[in-house]
Amino acid sequence: MLRAISQKGFDVGNIVFLSVLVLLTSYPFYYILINSVSVPARILSAPAFLLPKGFTWVNYEQIFTKNDLIGPFFVSLSRAVVGTFLTLAGSSMLAYGLTKKQLPFRRTMYFGVIFTMYISVGLIPNYILMSELHLLDTYWVYVLPGIVNAFFLVLIKTYFEQLPIALEEAAMLEGAGVFTIFRKIVLPLSKPILATVAIFSAVGQWNSWVDNLYYVTNSKWMTLQLLLLNYIQSQSYNLRDAAALSTMESAISVTPQSLRMGITVLVIAPIFLVYPFLQKYFVKGIMLGAVKG
Amino acid sequence: MSAQTVAKATRQPKPAAKAANRRLKASLLAMTIPFFALVILFNYVPLLGWAIVFFDYFPGKSLLAHDPVGWKHFIRMATDETFLRALRNTLVLSFLGLVIAPAPMILALLLNEVKSLPFRKFVQTLSSFPNFISWIIVYYVFFSFFSVDDGLLNSMLLKLGWIGHPTDILANSSAAWVFQTLVGLWKGVGWGAIIYLAALSGIDQELYEAARVDGAGRLREAWHISLPGMMPTFVVLFVLGIGNLLSGAGFEQIFTFMNPMVKDHLEIIDTYVYFNGLQSLNFSYATAIGVARSIVSIALLVLANYVSRLATGRSIL
Repeated sequence: MLRAISQKGFDVGNIVFLSVLVLLTSYPFYYILINSVSVPARILSAPAFLLPKGFTWVNYEQIFTKNDLIGPFFVSLSRAVVGTFLTLAGSSMLAYGLTKKQLPFRRTMYFGVIFTMYISVGLIPNYILMSELHLLDTYWVYVLPGIVNAFFLVLIKTYFEQLPIALEEAAMLEGAGVFTIFRKIVLPLSKPILATVAIFSAVGQWNSWVDNLYYVTNSKWMTLQLLLLNYIQSQSYNLRDAAALSTMESAISVTPQSLRMGITVLVIAPIFLVYPFLQKYFVKGIMLGAVKG
Repeated sequence: MSAQTVAKATRQPKPAAKAANRRLKASLLAMTIPFFALVILFNYVPLLGWAIVFFDYFPGKSLLAHDPVGWKHFIRMATDETFLRALRNTLVLSFLGLVIAPAPMILALLLNEVKSLPFRKFVQTLSSFPNFISWIIVYYVFFSFFSVDDGLLNSMLLKLGWIGHPTDILANSSAAWVFQTLVGLWKGVGWGAIIYLAALSGIDQELYEAARVDGAGRLREAWHISLPGMMPTFVVLFVLGIGNLLSGAGFEQIFTFMNPMVKDHLEIIDTYVYFNGLQSLNFSYATAIGVARSIVSIALLVLANYVSRLATGRSIL
């Protein structure tokens, strides 16, 4: 009887604790969202914390009409698409070759890839390399270095090794080449792992800004993330200008903080929208990695 | 299989089989060599850059045109107070990170006790979300709650009259270490728990049934079955954590949260290298720090792996 009561107590306490945790990790996002659609003037003295104060799209209208945000948005979007495609192609082709015993220097190559997970070259030698390759201030510095990713390669290779070999052998007997087999048999059978890696990669690319900070000063290739950091850390002159402008043009003024909240929402939105569907892939991927790693 | 490939199929005599094997090798190489070349290019070629630690390298000039300076940069590193402070901060932040390392495991145990599957999924999904957003967003989330000017916390506490004037935790250097550790916990604990839940799901259910037959309560089950089931994962992550001892909280986190008020406590090796190297153009000095750091990190990783192999019989390398 006593035991049952203490059990019950634990269950209730556990659920309360976990609910608090959920509140701590999700409320901040909700807070930013409701303030981004609140009327800027009404959240100046006290921000909204349960429901939006009024409702307006004015922040978002400002953001979408500001030219310096459109470019970075497309740079980030494009890296997520192009970078992910190249990473998938490169990592899976190398992984496929590495599963074949006929490949010369197979073990050396595999070790060469794995070892990159443990070495860290350091910032300056990498910077010099990018400079020598004339990749500084180019878009390619975002997508070329990540084409072969050791962690992704391990995930993909592990998956390839589980595929039934019979299909490949049958195709080979019929004269199909390695590339044909890879493209027409192996890749279609590997959709789950390719989806996993694609998601990891796309989220990574979308969130990435350090390569922008290190290697790219040209504002043409500015990423959305770094632009947001500039807005937060600087006294946001641009945003203040926009705010001043909007006061003249419309009855509702836009403030720097309400604009920042709007941009933040836009940066999170793509991840938030796909996240619930993708979580199972993440978990699957990390399990595969853990088993192998 | 297309009609074309079927038409091409022929029975191959022995010498042809040899040729086919050669062709197979050639196409496998054609498929892998370009990408392996990229691995070499982006991971091993820059190691040549380590040579500049013995020169006063300045970009644009060939290495041979510089005079060798011996161990100068390493000596500077060992005696430079600002570097030593960065080293201290790095070690403190890493140590605090290791202290909270069991937190995701505890969360996984608690989640495992939740009977309602939808609620469990709900907690998992929402608590691991911060792991997938960039550090810049994380910084803005904390900024919007804790900043002096327009932070929610200060404006609420002021309104309630609990505090007389706003406090700025983001600029409080005595709280900086603990605050950054908590920020890291906020971002990572949910995702960490998911990794441990994956480990838990691999445990044979019969073990739990057997324990129940023997009269074990939930606490005993957790202690004797769930915890040991998660230990291998914990050991792997802990060993990797030791190998990353010289990373502190990581460049992205510290760079976004750093400001002049907390620099004394938050500057870590990574940010130090960035400011000295790319900002002040002390390429050789910054590289020397990077080289020392890499060598020590590898040594720590190997050592931690060795200890873990002795203690638990598990090797991760």
